[in-house]
Amino acid sequence: MAELIPTQPDPGHEDDHHHGEQSFVSKYLLSTDHKVIAMQYMFTGMAMALIGGFMAYAFRMQLAFPGMDVPFFGIVTPANYVALVTNHGAIMIFWVAMPVLIAAFGNYLIPLMVGCDDMVFPKINRLSYQVFLVSAIVLLSSFFVEGGGFGGAWTTYPPLSAKAEYNLTPLGSSLFIGAVGIEFIAFLLGGINFITTAMNSRAPGMKLYDIPMVIWMIVIASILFMVSVGPLLAGAIMLIFDQQLHTAFYDPNRGGDPVLWQHLFWFFGHPEVYVVLLPAVGITAEIITVFSRKKLFAYRTVLNTAIGTGVLSFCVWAHHQFISGIDPRMANVFTLTTLLISIPIAEMMFVYIATLYGGAIRLTTPMLWALAFIFEFLIGGVTGIFLGASGADIYMHDTYFVLAHFHYTFFPIAIIGTYAGVTYWFPKMFGKMMSDRLGKLHFWGTIIPFNFIFIPLFFLGAGGQHRRIYDFQNFPALAGEGMQDLRILATVSLVVMLGFQVVFFYNFIISLMRGEKAGKNPWKANTLEWTAESPPPHGNWKVLPTVYRGPYEYSVPGREKDYWPQDEPN
Amino acid sequence: MIQSYLAQGSTYAGDIDFLFDMIFWIVGVWFLISSGVFFWLVFKFRVSGNEGTAQYITGEEKSQKRWITIPHLLVLVCDVFIIWGAVRVWYDIKQHLPEPDREVRVITQQWAWTFVHPGQDGNFDTADDIHTVNELRLEKDAVYHYHLTSNDVMHDFSVPVFRLKQDAIPGRVITGWFTPTLLGEFDIQCAEICGIGHGLMPARLVVESAADHAAWMTEQSPVKFAAVAPQVGEN
Amino acid sequence: MKPVATTRSAAGIPTGLLAVWWIVASEIVIFGGLLAAYLMYRLSHDAWAGHAANTNTAIGTVNTFVLLTSSLFAVLAHQAAEKGDGKKAARFLLFTIGGALCFLMIKGYEWNYEISHGMTITTNTFWSFYYTAAGIHASHVIAGAIIMAVVAKDAAKGLELQRVELIGIYWHFVDVVWIFLFPLLYIAK
Repeated sequence: MAELIPTQPDPGHEDDHHHGEQSFVSKYLLSTDHKVIAMQYMFTGMAMALIGGFMAYAFRMQLAFPGMDVPFFGIVTPANYVALVTNHGAIMIFWVAMPVLIAAFGNYLIPLMVGCDDMVFPKINRLSYQVFLVSAIVLLSSFFVEGGGFGGAWTTYPPLSAKAEYNLTPLGSSLFIGAVGIEFIAFLLGGINFITTAMNSRAPGMKLYDIPMVIWMIVIASILFMVSVGPLLAGAIMLIFDQQLHTAFYDPNRGGDPVLWQHLFWFFGHPEVYVVLLPAVGITAEIITVFSRKKLFAYRTVLNTAIGTGVLSFCVWAHHQFISGIDPRMANVFTLTTLLISIPIAEMMFVYIATLYGGAIRLTTPMLWALAFIFEFLIGGVTGIFLGASGADIYMHDTYFVLAHFHYTFFPIAIIGTYAGVTYWFPKMFGKMMSDRLGKLHFWGTIIPFNFIFIPLFFLGAGGQHRRIYDFQNFPALAGEGMQDLRILATVSLVVMLGFQVVFFYNFIISLMRGEKAGKNPWKANTLEWTAESPPPHGNWKVLPTVYRGPYEYSVPGREKDYWPQDEPN
Repeated sequence: MIQSYLAQGSTYAGDIDFLFDMIFWIVGVWFLISSGVFFWLVFKFRVSGNEGTAQYITGEEKSQKRWITIPHLLVLVCDVFIIWGAVRVWYDIKQHLPEPDREVRVITQQWAWTFVHPGQDGNFDTADDIHTVNELRLEKDAVYHYHLTSNDVMHDFSVPVFRLKQDAIPGRVITGWFTPTLLGEFDIQCAEICGIGHGLMPARLVVESAADHAAWMTEQSPVKFAAVAPQVGEN
Repeated sequence: MKPVATTRSAAGIPTGLLAVWWIVASEIVIFGGLLAAYLMYRLSHDAWAGHAANTNTAIGTVNTFVLLTSSLFAVLAHQAAEKGDGKKAARFLLFTIGGALCFLMIKGYEWNYEISHGMTITTNTFWSFYYTAAGIHASHVIAGAIIMAVVAKDAAKGLELQRVELIGIYWHFVDVVWIFLFPLLYIAK
C-alpha cells in the first residue's frame, strides 16, 4: 500500500493541506485526497469483482455439470443457484462497474484532467466512499443471515421480492434492496463533486470543448444516473415497506400493482447501462487518440451522440417489458425509440473507427484493450437490435441470447474498459510502468476465453434455452444435440479466463515493486494529468496549470513533436 | 436460423423466424463491414515502436464528416425496415387475436402449472372442466385462446416451439392466442424467475390430432367418470 | 484548509449553488417517482377518494401555512446574510427552525389521531402512500432543520454566510414538495 500514495512533501500546498505525520488510518482510510478515494473505490470494486467472478464460476459449474460438488464451493442447491445469479448480476453492475468506472476513474481523473488540486467538496467525497463501503458490507452480510442471500434476480420483481413466503429469504431480500439503496445514495453524493468540479474548477483557459472526452462522459453519466435513480429510490422504499411493514404497494391481492415496480426499475435500469457505458467510451477515446497519435475524429459529434444517447435512454425502458403484460400497443412505441438509439451509438462507433484512419497505431497493452472494447461492444450493439424489435423479442426474451447480448455490452464496459483504464493510467497512479509482455499475455488470455464463453450462449439462446434455469435436464425436448457441450465449453472458458486474471494481479504487484520508473509523461499524451509528477503529490501540482488548447492535438503539421500538451503556451 | 434448432410449432413461428433472419442479415452485413474496416485500419496503420507519423484530421469538415454521416443515414434506413418487420409480427401475435376455436386456462403458481380445459360444454367453471397439472394437451390446427394468470408471483408462460412467451401477473388475466401446427411432445418453461424452484418448473406440451384430442377429452371428463378423484392443483 | 478547486468558478455559477441544485434535482426525481406512482394508483382506484375523505384538511391547511411562513423567514435570513448581518440571519433561521418544529408537532398530533382511529400504514394502499409520502417529506424537514441549526451557528459568528442562501433554496424545495402533497393527499376527495 505504501506505493499507492505519494509521500514526498509538497511545499506549495503545505499551508493549504495539513500533512505532516499522519497515521496509516488517517492517510489511507480517512484521507480526503481524491486520489486516495479513487484507489479505495478501485480496490473495493476489484475485490467485489473477484467475489462476483467466483459466483459466476460456481453457478456455471452447476450448469455444465449438474449436481456436481463444485470445488471451493460444494453442491449448488436451487436456493444457492438463484442467490448466486442474483448477486452476481447486482455485484457486477452496482459494486464493480459503478465504483470502478464512475467513482474510481471519476475521482482520479476529474481533478487531474481539468487541472485543479482536489475535488470541490473533499469531505462529501470521503463520505460517499464510506457510504458505498457500508452498502457493500450490507450486501455481503445478506448471505450470512437466516434464509441466506436474496434469489429473485437483480431486477427484484415483486411479489416475489416483496413477500418472505415467496422468496424464502425474510432478511436477505431486505438487506439486498437496502444495500442497493445505500449504494445509490453513495453515488448521488459522489455526483455532487463530479459535476461541480468538472464544471466549476477547470483550469484557467479550459473552455467547454477543451475538456477531455472521458470527463465529459463521466459528467453526462452522473447526470443520467441522478435523473434516473430517483423514482427507483422511491420505489425501493415502498418495496422495503412491503417487506417489513406489510404494506401493499406491490401486492395485487390488496390493491397494489406489481408492474409498477417494473416501470420504476427499468426507467432506471436502462439509463444505467449508459451510465456505465459512457465512462468506458470516454476512456477508449483517450487511449485510441494517444496510441494512434491522432486527433479525435469530430469531437463535438462524439459529445452530441453521448447526450443524444442519454436523452433517448429515458424513452426506451419498456423494451424490457414487452412480454410482461403491458398494453401491447405500447410495445410499438418502445420498439421505435429503442431502435433509434442505434443511431447515436452506431455513430459513436463510426467516429472511433474513423479516428484510426491515418494514424500511427501503437499496439501497446492499453491500446489493445481499447480496440477490443470497440470490437466486442460492436457485437453487443448489433445483437441488441434483435431484442429491441418487439416481434423477435417474444421469442428471444429471457433466453441465453439476451444474456449473451448484455454480457457483450457489460463485459467490454466493466472489464475491458477497466483494464484499458488501469493499464493506461497505471504509470500515473503509481509512477511505474507495467510489463507490456505480461499485459499482452493477460489481454489475450482474457479476450479469447471471453468470446468462447458467450458466443456459445448466443446459440443456446437461439435454441430457446432460458436463463436462470437451475437444471436443464428437466426440459428434454429443448436439450437438443450438443447443447450441453456448448454449456461445458462456456464453463471451461470461464475457468480459463478467471485463471488468467492471476497474470494481471501478478503484473500489478511485480510492476509496483520492480517496474521501470515512469516519468511524467510516458505515453507522450496531451491531457493535463501527464504534466503532474507520477504519482501526483497531494495537491497534484506545485503551480496549477493553465490550458491553451484542446486535448487531442496530436501530429499537428509543422510541429517538431507529434503531441502538443494542453498546458504548453505554444 | 432458429428453425434449425427448434421446430416451428405454431402458425406464427415462421413469422418470428423470418424476422430473426431478416435482422440477422441486416445487422450481420453492418457488423462485417464495420469490423472489416476496423481490422483493416488497425492492420494498415499500425507501426512498430514509436516510429511513423500520423495525419492531422479534425473530422469537423463536411468532406470528412460524410464518412460517418452517410453510414449513419444508412443505419436509419435499416432501422425503418426492422421496425416495420417487428411491429407487423408483434401486431399479429399480441395485438390482433383471431376468433378462437378452443380456449384454455393457464394457471401458474410456485412451482407448478395447472391447465384448465372448459370441457365439452365449452364453458369454464362448470362441472365438466378438465384440470391437468404440468401437462397441456392441445388439438392440432385449432385456434386457441389462452387465459393466463398467476396465483402468487410473476411467472412466464413460454412455449419455445410456438415462439410464444407471456408473463403471468397475479391479479390479472392475460389473453393471447396460438395455433399448434406440429404433432408431438414439447416443453413448456417458466421464463420469469419465480423463486428457488424456478428452474424446476417444467411442463409437457402434447399436441395431438383432433380425433385423439376428442378421445382424450371424453376420457378425462370428470362428469362421466365421477368416481375419479378430483385432480390435484384445483384452485 | 480548502482546496483551490473550491474557490474556482469556471462556469460562472457559485459552486455551492451548483451543488444545492444537484441535490434538489435528485430529490425532485425521488418525489416525482413517488407522486407519479401515487397518481397512477389514484386514477385507477375510485375508492381512494373515500379514503382521502378521512384526512384532516384543516390540519393540513394549518401546516401549509406554517411551512410557508417558515419559508418567508428563510428569505428574510437570506436578505440579512446578503447585507452581511450574520446575527440577524441566524435569528431568522431560528424562526425557520421554529416553523419546522411546529410543523412536525402538528404532524405528530395528526398522525397520532389517525393511527389511534385505525388508519395505519397497512390499512390500505392510500394510507400506505399517505404515510410514506408525508413521512419521507417529514424526514426532509428534520434534516433541513438540523442543517439549518449548523448554518445558523456559523452565521451568528459571521462565518460562511453564503450557506444561508443555500439552505434557503433547500428549504423552499421542501416547502414546494408539501405544496404538491397537500392537494394530492388532503384536498382531492
